[in-house]
Parts: sequence; C-alpha cells; structure tokens
Amino acid sequence: MIRFLLGRLGESALAVLGVVTIVFIVTRLLGDPAILMLPVGATPEQLASFRAELGIDRPLVVQYADFLWNAVRGDFGRSFQHNRPAIEVVAERMPATLELASSAIALGLLIGGGAGMIAAMNRGTALEVFVMLLALLGQATPVFWLGLMLILFFAVDLGWFPTGGAGTFWHLALPALTLATFTSASIARLLRSSVIDVLREDYVRTARAKGLLPRTVMVWHIARNALIPVATMVGILAGELLGGSVITETVFAWPGVGRVIIQAIEVKDFPVVQAGIMMIAVTFVSINFLVDLLYGVLDPRIRLR
Amino acid sequence: MGGGTGNFLRALAASKGGLIGAVLLLAFVLLTAAAPLLPVPGPTQSNLRARLQPPTLSLTEIGAHPLGTDNIGRDMLSRILHGGQLTLAVGAAAVVLGGVVGVLLGIVAGYRGGMWDRVLMRLVDIQLAFPLMLLALIIAAALGPSVRNLIIVLALTSWTRYARIVRGQTLAVREREFVQSARAIAASPWRIMTRHILPNVMTPALVVATLELARVIILEAALSFLGLGVQPPWPSWGRMLAEGRTYMASAWWIAAFPGLAIMLTVLSVNLLGDWLRDYFDPKLK
Repeated sequence: MIRFLLGRLGESALAVLGVVTIVFIVTRLLGDPAILMLPVGATPEQLASFRAELGIDRPLVVQYADFLWNAVRGDFGRSFQHNRPAIEVVAERMPATLELASSAIALGLLIGGGAGMIAAMNRGTALEVFVMLLALLGQATPVFWLGLMLILFFAVDLGWFPTGGAGTFWHLALPALTLATFTSASIARLLRSSVIDVLREDYVRTARAKGLLPRTVMVWHIARNALIPVATMVGILAGELLGGSVITETVFAWPGVGRVIIQAIEVKDFPVVQAGIMMIAVTFVSINFLVDLLYGVLDPRIRLR
Repeated sequence: MGGGTGNFLRALAASKGGLIGAVLLLAFVLLTAAAPLLPVPGPTQSNLRARLQPPTLSLTEIGAHPLGTDNIGRDMLSRILHGGQLTLAVGAAAVVLGGVVGVLLGIVAGYRGGMWDRVLMRLVDIQLAFPLMLLALIIAAALGPSVRNLIIVLALTSWTRYARIVRGQTLAVREREFVQSARAIAASPWRIMTRHILPNVMTPALVVATLELARVIILEAALSFLGLGVQPPWPSWGRMLAEGRTYMASAWWIAAFPGLAIMLTVLSVNLLGDWLRDYFDPKLK
C-alpha cells in the first residue's frame, strides 16, 4: 500500500511539473507584455527597461528555472491589471469555483447514478430507452448553450432564478445544473453498462443462489463493483467539469477562477492566467490522486499491482 | 472489416442508433456542403429592414426567413448552414491531423518500446493531467484566433486518445506471425510499421476518430463562443450563440438555433461512433 501511495504521489508530482512546463512555454507565446502595457509611443529604451523589470529579457532557461522555483512557492508575479500578487487574485476566486464544481459533481452522481441504475434494472423496457435517450442528449448538449437556454426560460421568462452572479442557493442552482448535465449523462451511460456487466458475473449468481437478500446483493455485490469504473470516470470528468466551469462561469457571471482566467486572457494579464491555470491543474491532479486512492479501497486488486 | 462492406452496411441498417446517426450526419454534411447552391441569402448579407425577424412557417412567401434573422438582418438558416460547413470542415481536419500524429506516435511507442514508449506515454499522461478545455484555451489565446490555429489547437487536444489505443493494439499485433516473419526477412522497422502494423490498427483509430469528432465540434463551438475561434463576419455556431446572447430576451432564436444545430450534429456523430465501437470491438471502451 505504501509503495502504491508513493508511486501515485510521484506520478502526480510529475504531472504537475508537466503542467508548469506547458504553462511556461505557452505563456511565452502569448505576446510581448511590454508592447501591450506601455503607451503606443514608448521608445525602445523604455520597452527594454520595462522588459528588464519584468525579467523577460533573460535567457529562457534562466526564466524557466526561476519560474519553477517561484511556482513551487506559489509566486506567479504581480497581476498587471490589479497590481497585487496574481495568486491572491486567483485564490480568492477559488472557493466559488470549488462550490460550483462540487455541487455539479454531487448533482451529477445523484442524477446520473440514479438514472444509470434505473436503466440497468429495467432492461428492455421503454423506461430504459427513455433514460438512455436523455443521457445521449445530455452528452451532446453544449454547456454554454444549455446555460443560455436555462437563463432564458427560468430566469428571464419565469423569473424564478437570478440571471447571474453568486451568493445564495438560488444563484447556484442554474449554473450547477448546467455544469452537471454532461456529467450526469456520462455517469448514467457508464453505470448502466457497468451494472449490466456485473450482473453477469458468477459471484452475483452465487450470492443469489445462497439466498442473500436482493438488497444485500445489490449493495455489496453489484453496486460496489459497478462503481469502480465510475470512480475512474469521476476523475476524468473532474477535468471536464473544471474546464467546463470556465464557460459556465462566463455565461452565469459566476465569480470563479474560470471567469478570471478569461478576463485575464483578454487583457493579456500573464501572471493571473498562469496562476489560474496552475490552480485548476493542481486541483485536477489532486482529485485524480484521491480518486486513485478511493479506487484502491473499492478494489483491493489495484493495490497489488 | 471482416465480412466486407456488404455485411457492414447490413449491420448498420439493422441497428437503430447507428442508422439514425449515419443518416442524420449524412444529411448534415450534404446540406451544409450544398449551402451555396440553396435558395437562401448569403450568410454575411445583412438587410437592416429585416432585422430581428422571428422564425416563420410561411415558406411560400418570397424572401421569407424560416429561422428568422439576426440583429442586422442576416438570414439565420443561411448562417447555420454555412457555419455548419466550417464546423464540420474544421472538426474533420482536426480529427485527421490529431489522428495522423496520434496513430504514428502510438505505433512507434508500441513497436519500438523502451525509451520511445516511456517518453511518449509519459507525454500522454502529462497532457491528460491538464483539463483539455484549459489547454485549448491558453494555446488558442497564445496563437491568436484563426481557422488554422483552431485546427492545430483541436488536434493537439486529440492526439493522445489515438496514441493510447493504437499503442495497445500495436503491442498485440507486434507478436503476430506476419510481423515476426517480416522481421525475419530483415524488413526495415519503417516498412514493418507502415505496411504490417498500420493496416491492423486502423479500425480502432477510426472508432476513436468518430468519437473525437463529436468532442472536437463541441470544443470548437466553445472556443468560438469565447471569441477565440472563428472570427466574424464568417458565421460559426459558437460565435452566433455569443452574438445572440445580447438579444436573448427579445429574440431567442438567434441563440437557440445554432445550439440546436450543435446538439443534433454531435448527437448524430455520437450515435454513429457508439455503434461503430460496438460493431468493431465491444471491449474498446
């Protein structure tokens, strides 16, 4: 178990290093901030001294080493736009993003898990067809469009929910539902096929044959095993969710990290873009690390590999 | 393809989802490809006297706009058809580009093994540790918005999925007799990879390509929605949606129809892709 833990920890660290490297390379491609930040008539000397001030006139290797060291300490420089540490600008938005993403995951597990179970337990009925059709639609619906349509219907026409912003449960409802749609659909489809697979297993037949209560078989033999692929899926879906939150936050004016990143890209505020992306990527890697641990608990065979 | 094209088509016709997906997709491709020939106004042709007209069913009327018009009087139907042309073309190009890179690297990793395998698969893992939307977002922002860059960005988010599956398939094919005998007669690694392994990994790659097309279409729309994709005045579904946002309370159709178009296209591609996956190899996913 310790070896498994350490191995996974090492892989996670490597993944984070990879992300830092990608972010470094890409932000160097984003354009010269000196030209953007200084007035149009700036002299070459002014530009050069501004670049020196930002440290972007040094060799790339030096910049990279520096960037790595600073990233470890959470220092991504000062936001050009807000003139305070970029990590601060991002960190204060993180709770909002986590609130939205975790609500969406919870909602997705609830709706998707329920739908998948219903479909698997009612094989060959119209109910199964209906549920799976909904799931197919859910997977095909673009997040931003669904968000706009929900706003149009429930906020503008019916006036039940606010059109955007954050603060109360009513503000959270529409964006969380929007973000949870794809997740629910994916979980429903996966859980259905996974339950159907497990139902064919010998141990389920054995459990039934020895007269265990149907509910015991359901919980201990079927659900527990059918959830293993779903656990992996949740790790992958977390990426979709965190990525999707960028769009959902933009549509619903939700004050999270995604919206800050988009605003920072528009004004080429590098430090904030970097800090925001790192924050989300590290969250994603941590979630996957936790999912792997959970996986080890659900399926003891994994630990032995 | 085992039993040949005839069997394949018979199986497709017998399936429900696969057939619906294939027919819908074919209809979309034909309609969007034929858009310039259809009796609709040009996609960028504005008519200020016909601004914000709602959708209508009176198609017999000359100059009617079945799906309404936008805020500067451009015909929505025409914009959706022309936008679809671009969406499908960009999506197909990205899937092919990502596919070629992913399949080649997957074969090299699987056949060469050792360092090649470790380095390439580590790269795949690292990239998968990065939410795709964010990766696409920063690369699109760095390269600047244009159709060419859009294709590159989408392909970059896509190659890893091919590489993974093709590598696994290559590992299996590598040990088969025909590869062993090719190696025995001293065929070059390049020849073995292209002549003997490539044909045997094309089927799973094709299945991945179909499922990727759906994902790439949604991602393209999202990037265009955020202003990082196709630039105006040429229509793209994502951009039209973004433009429609402003008029949502008074003219719902500007934002509603492009979204429906995306949904139906992605649905048809997914239906076809799911069926293809089950047909060729139920174990693939």
